[in-house]
Amino acid sequence: MSVGKIFKFHNDLDTDQIIASQYLLLPTIDEMKVHTFESLDPEFPHKVKPGDYVVGGDNFGCGSSREQAPGVLKALGIQAVVARSFARIFYRNAINIGLPVIVCRELPDQVETGDEMELSMTEGTVRAGGKVYSCTKLPPYMQQILNQGGLIASLNEEEV
Amino acid sequence: MGMTIAEKIIARAAGVPQVKAGDIHTVNLDRMMTNDGTTHLTVDMYHNKLKNPRIADPKKMVFIVDHNVPSDSAKTAASQKKMRDFAREHGIDFWEGKGVCHQIMMEHYVCPGELIFGADSHTCTYGALGAFGTGVGCTDLLYGMVTGTSWVLVPETVRFYLTGELKEGVYPRDLMLSVIGEIGASGVSYQVMEFCGPGARTLSVNDRMVLCNLAVEAGAKTALFEADQIALDWLEARGRKPKAVFRSDEDAVYVREYTFDLGEIRPVAAKPDFVDDVVPVEEVCGVRIDEAFLGSCNNGRIDDLRVGAAIVKGRKIADHVRFLVVPASQEVYLQALEEGLIDTFMRSGAIVMNPNCSVCWGSCQGVIGENEVLISTGTRNFKGRAGHPSSRVYLGSAATVAASAVKGEICTAGML
Repeated sequence: MSVGKIFKFHNDLDTDQIIASQYLLLPTIDEMKVHTFESLDPEFPHKVKPGDYVVGGDNFGCGSSREQAPGVLKALGIQAVVARSFARIFYRNAINIGLPVIVCRELPDQVETGDEMELSMTEGTVRAGGKVYSCTKLPPYMQQILNQGGLIASLNEEEV
Repeated sequence: MGMTIAEKIIARAAGVPQVKAGDIHTVNLDRMMTNDGTTHLTVDMYHNKLKNPRIADPKKMVFIVDHNVPSDSAKTAASQKKMRDFAREHGIDFWEGKGVCHQIMMEHYVCPGELIFGADSHTCTYGALGAFGTGVGCTDLLYGMVTGTSWVLVPETVRFYLTGELKEGVYPRDLMLSVIGEIGASGVSYQVMEFCGPGARTLSVNDRMVLCNLAVEAGAKTALFEADQIALDWLEARGRKPKAVFRSDEDAVYVREYTFDLGEIRPVAAKPDFVDDVVPVEEVCGVRIDEAFLGSCNNGRIDDLRVGAAIVKGRKIADHVRFLVVPASQEVYLQALEEGLIDTFMRSGAIVMNPNCSVCWGSCQGVIGENEVLISTGTRNFKGRAGHPSSRVYLGSAATVAASAVKGEICTAGML
């Protein structure tokens, strides 16, 4: 992946903060994405650029199973989400829609919003501030779903 | 090696004799539920993304409109129409306005031993009947609908051994909030909470639903009670039979064990903005409230309405408070009518509403404004969960909510 800017968030960041309930029934993800992280920073959708990264603390993406949460991040061009740990439904949803997610224990405490980083999913490393941080690689089964572009792409591939 | 209830359900669904934590298996799903929170996206993907659109077995599918019902805007109506039309076209069971999805599922579908995916995080509720229910997103739901299968990582199981009995004025909701306060919002992340012990046998199926429903707030994949005689009697009364009745083996592997004495539990509240920020109610007494909510898939059943009605009977809701009472289903609503509870609520000045998710999910009815405070029997108190980002939500039992509605500030029933 390429170098991108970091947007960092707190521990136990819940999916209501990523995309609030009142926008979930809008017809498309594209109509929802302009409300991403609205409760925390209404300017986020304007500041973020394709190729940027989201960095979270513990239990990132807890709460609601709304797939719109990883959906809006992907639609805004976020390259990957790196966190100290993830809530399971968000983690699984992200892989299913082809948004890379990876656990990195040390990185979150060492970086701030605005810093730059570069992730390699295959090596399981993040480079930031002249240091290299190691991540917990995805189990091969999940990495393969991600490599194929998500669960539906992998299903379509099986049905040649 | 012995297996836990969760492992036995997954083994059955995978068609293998043995599974262990950490394995990945392909499973046959017994049922799938999806509601209006995401189904419009599922239907779009079905039409636009699949090479070979099909439904493995429409009889396994249940579509339920409960989040924004009746619809609040033309855009919501369009999303729900998409869902309704799809269900009708494909012969899928469709419910609208009849209740919150998990209550409908428990009343009409869930059977012990089943493995159920629901496109809603509180699908873990079904463990009250010994079924493995877990929340998924709409892509997982679509894959399951098309193939009838999915993949699961077998989770570790954490044992919660319950002793004693809840004291008068203390409720299963106080118990579960206390558990979450103790273990934290990621205390059982990716794991199963198995409730057992003599204390478990003092809890009805409705009580067990309260516990299992909130398991996701501690990060759990699901929560389970053994389908004992209490569960089987409940099921039989509804004319259903179990798929399989499992109990954990003596030598089953648990990664951790906690013991909770029900007799030690006291009324508690979760403070904004985290479900695991749990304190004795006394610590937040005196906080002025603008709204109170009695309802949700966690606490909108007949037991909860009885508790609330007994407290407001002969009293008036404080002038500055909106008190929303939302039965979890029409069945609950009709029962409450028969028992005179609705009459009691309305005479107290409460606003009694149709069964739905209401303000628990912050985008239906009763949304709160800037800096307003809600005390709620809902599932979550995240920042802005019930409306404006600056508003605050406290979680408490039906008794605490009803008493606070009367007093106009947070209090216990004993303080009225």
